[in-house]
Amino acid sequence: MDFNDTPDDAEYRAKARAWLATAAADYRDPPARPVSRGENVPESRKWQKVKHAAGYTGITWPKAFGGQGLSPMHSIIFNQEQSKYHAPTELFAIGLGMCIPTVFTHGSPALIERYVAKALEGEEVWCQLFSEPSAGSDLAGIRTKAVRDGDDWVIDGQKVWTTNAHLSDFGIIVTRTDPSAPKHKGLTMFIVDMHAPGVEARPLKQMSGGSDFNEVFFTGVRVSDSHRLGAVGDGWKVSLTTLMNERLAVGGKPGHAPGYRDLMALAARIETDMGPAIEARDVRQRIAATYIADEGIKLTQMRALSALSKGEAPGPEQSISKVVVAKTMQEMAAFALDLSEASGFTTAGGEPGIHKLQGSYMASAGLRIAGGTDEILRNIIAERVLGLPGDMRPDKDTPFNEIRAA
Amino acid sequence: MDFDFSDDAKALREQARKFFDERAGPAVARAAMNGDAPFDAGLWQTVVDLGWTAARVPEAHGGVGMTSEAACVLAEEAGRSLAPIPLAQALAATEALIALGTPEQQARWLPGIADGSVVAVTGWAEGGNASPAKASAKVDGDAITGTKSPIADLAAATMAIVSAAGPDGPALYIVDLSGAGVGVTPVDTLDLVRRHGTLTLTGAPADPLGDAGGYHDWLDCAAILGSFEAMGTATAAMDMAVAYAKERTAFGQKIGRYQGVKHKCADMYIKLELARAHALHAAWAMEADAPELRQAASAARVASLDALAFAAEENVQIHGGIGFTWESDCQFYYRRNRALVAALGSRNFWADRLVRSLEQRNAVAA
Repeated sequence: MDFNDTPDDAEYRAKARAWLATAAADYRDPPARPVSRGENVPESRKWQKVKHAAGYTGITWPKAFGGQGLSPMHSIIFNQEQSKYHAPTELFAIGLGMCIPTVFTHGSPALIERYVAKALEGEEVWCQLFSEPSAGSDLAGIRTKAVRDGDDWVIDGQKVWTTNAHLSDFGIIVTRTDPSAPKHKGLTMFIVDMHAPGVEARPLKQMSGGSDFNEVFFTGVRVSDSHRLGAVGDGWKVSLTTLMNERLAVGGKPGHAPGYRDLMALAARIETDMGPAIEARDVRQRIAATYIADEGIKLTQMRALSALSKGEAPGPEQSISKVVVAKTMQEMAAFALDLSEASGFTTAGGEPGIHKLQGSYMASAGLRIAGGTDEILRNIIAERVLGLPGDMRPDKDTPFNEIRAA
Repeated sequence: MDFDFSDDAKALREQARKFFDERAGPAVARAAMNGDAPFDAGLWQTVVDLGWTAARVPEAHGGVGMTSEAACVLAEEAGRSLAPIPLAQALAATEALIALGTPEQQARWLPGIADGSVVAVTGWAEGGNASPAKASAKVDGDAITGTKSPIADLAAATMAIVSAAGPDGPALYIVDLSGAGVGVTPVDTLDLVRRHGTLTLTGAPADPLGDAGGYHDWLDCAAILGSFEAMGTATAAMDMAVAYAKERTAFGQKIGRYQGVKHKCADMYIKLELARAHALHAAWAMEADAPELRQAASAARVASLDALAFAAEENVQIHGGIGFTWESDCQFYYRRNRALVAALGSRNFWADRLVRSLEQRNAVAA
């Protein structure tokens, strides 16, 4: 057992590290003030192009699609090294992490030729148009319809929680093309031009105050049949490719989120009637619980890296990651704000440490929902890992247009 | 990166799992509960013959000389099987002798542990006291006086390694149980399968094993083995719950279809995998003698006790009324949880030890 890179991995890491030391020098320090996603677009494109020119994009993608044809381990090593900087990477994360892999898995050669390289070199931004107001966890219940019209399809409906939609050039959209088929069977996936007439993205303001995602309205939007991904009626299967990639992307604790060290530092400063907070048993229990969850997930990810570096598939234990991370963030932040009494409540003035905890408390409520709710993730563990029977789905075999809400 | 057991350790784990699946498990535990024997002597002899008490013993002392990973996987499989034999105790005692023993002490005890002529146990607990600094067993010169209780498998043992207050703080001492000043009596506990005893020492000859610092390292190593044992027991409880949830029908459905049941099972798995990540980390720290040993061992101990308590309690719950009967096997895991807590300190003790080790690392870093 050891935590060292293999000689091959070590060589790649050294190369990446040396390259980043020069290329990412401007990103060594965090930005002086918070930068919105919109403001960050030019800088994000620039960084993507710099990486692309140096061969650090599409690391695991086949060379035929402009990738580097390397292993997941190489990609992880580069990301580990890149994450030591404050380089702008969020803009392309969904497109390159989820949309484009769906395009090159299910798209025609012409679609691959047209879209993959442009996305990889940072020319075009992509979003994923899946959830709807009435279909979140129950994604197969979507209502946005696409109707065939000659060589085109006409899309009408509404999507929601679409990250970066207002900044995107293209999106992959799952639509209902056969309402008379059971819900999972009548879906079809397309590539849609976000600048086409009839597409309107409106940023949503989150409970936390930020605006990461949008509601997107489609009114008579025409898409050529050549922009279909997979067969008509195969949209569910195609969307599973995307979601599989999503589960790889939405995993560990967000880099900026406070952890057990922050709780220790806070508790060391707080005096209670019983003495320093850090000496109280409940505080020490909470520090231990936070350490066990956060470090346990990091160590679990190292188990995945070990498997990958041996060319094996990571084990099912990777599925515990987000459900642990999100709830731990929320519990730890709530505990720390409790400890801080009224100063944990006021947002005016105060210290940066408290602001960070307040931010984590607000953001964690969203993280417990995004990319699979706590409940859906527990279902997945129970059903796919432990082999328990699937949830009751009384509408599973009913034609979609005959389903009645109870 | 190679954050996993070696192929040798994995092969031993497979062998042990297969053996215990055939020869141990709840039915054997029930027979032990109903019988008068302090342990299953026939099963123990087979385990000795398979070389598992010799796995960690260096070749020079008649053993196989495997790494500490061997002890980890054996502890896990022993825990999974509930086998009524002193294997987990032997493994913990062997680690103490390997890490802290003088060449003479090793030569005196290890060959016997390897060939089964010595049955070694460790004794840490002292009733309600969870502070090693306040150990009531005291050493005066070459003699030790005090009471260690409860000690698992004491009736089977020929030697014990006990903690006691030495001149420089808590330390370990070897006690030959056939010597003078030694009293062994059974003590009833919540665990009806694993028999426990009280060791009363009245000026018994005390052979110091290592020093006070060594005592703390051993405690960490014992906690790591205990974590693997607890994970094994928790895995068996989870498997039992999942199997029942797949088979039991209520309201026209398998109960495993209901989120109220399946989410409990998912939480068992989540807690178990968190424990496993820390236990693997601790196994690495033990073998590598890494500075992270204390924090890794403490985290593994707390996480594994959490996983076991949850799996053992919710296994009864998922079984419903039948799980609460004497005839159900649920009680074995529910009761064993209490035994594993009592052997080496509760999660309070270990959570505090974890935070203290984090504070010390912070102080060093500052």
